[in-house]
Amino acid sequence: MAIKDYIRERFFPHIWCPGCGHGTVLNSLLRTVSQLGMSRNEIVMVSGIGCSSRISGYVDFHTLHTLHGRALAFATGVKLSRPELNLIVPMGDGDALAIGGNHFIHAARRNIDLTAIVMNNRIYGMTGGQYSPLSGHGTLATTAPYTNIDYAFDTVELATAAGASFVARSTTYHVQQLAKILKQAILHEGFSVVEVLTQCPTYFGRKNRLGSAADMMEDYKNNTTPIGSKAKKENPDLIERGVFVQKEIPEYCSEYDKIIERAMKGK
Amino acid sequence: MAKPKLKAHVINREWCKGCGICVHFCPKSVLELDEADKVFAARRSDCICCHLCELRCPDLAIEIETEQDG
Ligand SMILES: Cc1ncc(C[n+]2csc(CCOP(=O)(O)OP(=O)(O)O)c2C)c(N)n1
Ligand code: SF4
Repeated sequence: MAIKDYIRERFFPHIWCPGCGHGTVLNSLLRTVSQLGMSRNEIVMVSGIGCSSRISGYVDFHTLHTLHGRALAFATGVKLSRPELNLIVPMGDGDALAIGGNHFIHAARRNIDLTAIVMNNRIYGMTGGQYSPLSGHGTLATTAPYTNIDYAFDTVELATAAGASFVARSTTYHVQQLAKILKQAILHEGFSVVEVLTQCPTYFGRKNRLGSAADMMEDYKNNTTPIGSKAKKENPDLIERGVFVQKEIPEYCSEYDKIIERAMKGK
Repeated sequence: MAKPKLKAHVINREWCKGCGICVHFCPKSVLELDEADKVFAARRSDCICCHLCELRCPDLAIEIETEQDG
């Protein structure tokens, strides 16, 4: 199906600011789903609250727009009751790793078959530019007018340490790589985490004087590098992109089915 | 495979917010913003149909239609 067949056109133009990277994540995701030939009925998108979470309103899948930080909890419930459906859970960095941090690590630990997309703009966009656990030391935010003294989580390391069986990172500049990674993540059986660096020109960009949306994407081009590249060895500050973890380990719903089977036998 | 031939830059002026991402990253500098801050193909014949504008557009507002698309 064409990508327009997967959206609710009546809600367009969307509410995101001009140049907001969240729209590009939507764009890539639609192309991925279209390339995979998936039907709208086999996908459930569950989101929390935030600019990023508004994405669930625009796609014509089964959608749940839930509570800030709790998307993974709702998605876990849906997946356990309807394991045949494909669950996609897009989250903001605040949504996923501040208020939702616990849900995130435990979903990873269980290895439940969901695709978590962390739309990392390093700020709370929706509520006016407060710093998030991914803003990083030295950045400016409305709640850090004299610079932020907190260090950032590394989403990839956190997800890996918590046990996620697929972990990857890309950016809104690298759209071809992003679509490829999203495809792998959706097809992977287990908990998949895809971190996407996505620009918020309105708050993170303006506060930190990063220029236009296109300038911020230039930074993604210049400050990232494929995993294990020569450039990374020469400049450790570069952020790596690609698939960091991809392993086959028992998935939560299948393990749960075994428990049900055992219980039914009365053992 | 034959090189794709451009049919049209299909632009949705209602959805375009004039962010300039497509203009900035077009490898052939085909695109510009007009006085209403909406994108248009200023140098249409330079287009190589790479689709990068279409893939990066946050507003799903530009599409490259080629002859092969039918
Ligand atoms: C329980 C709860 N706490 C706080 C809020 C207020 N709130 C709404 S969105 C948001 C953070 C948004 O930031 P992020 O998740 O990074 O997404 P973005 O808007 O940047 O895409 C907060 C704190 C809320 N809606 N619910
Ligand atoms: S405030 Fe930031 S994250 Fe929210 S829509 Fe605007 S640019 Fe996007």
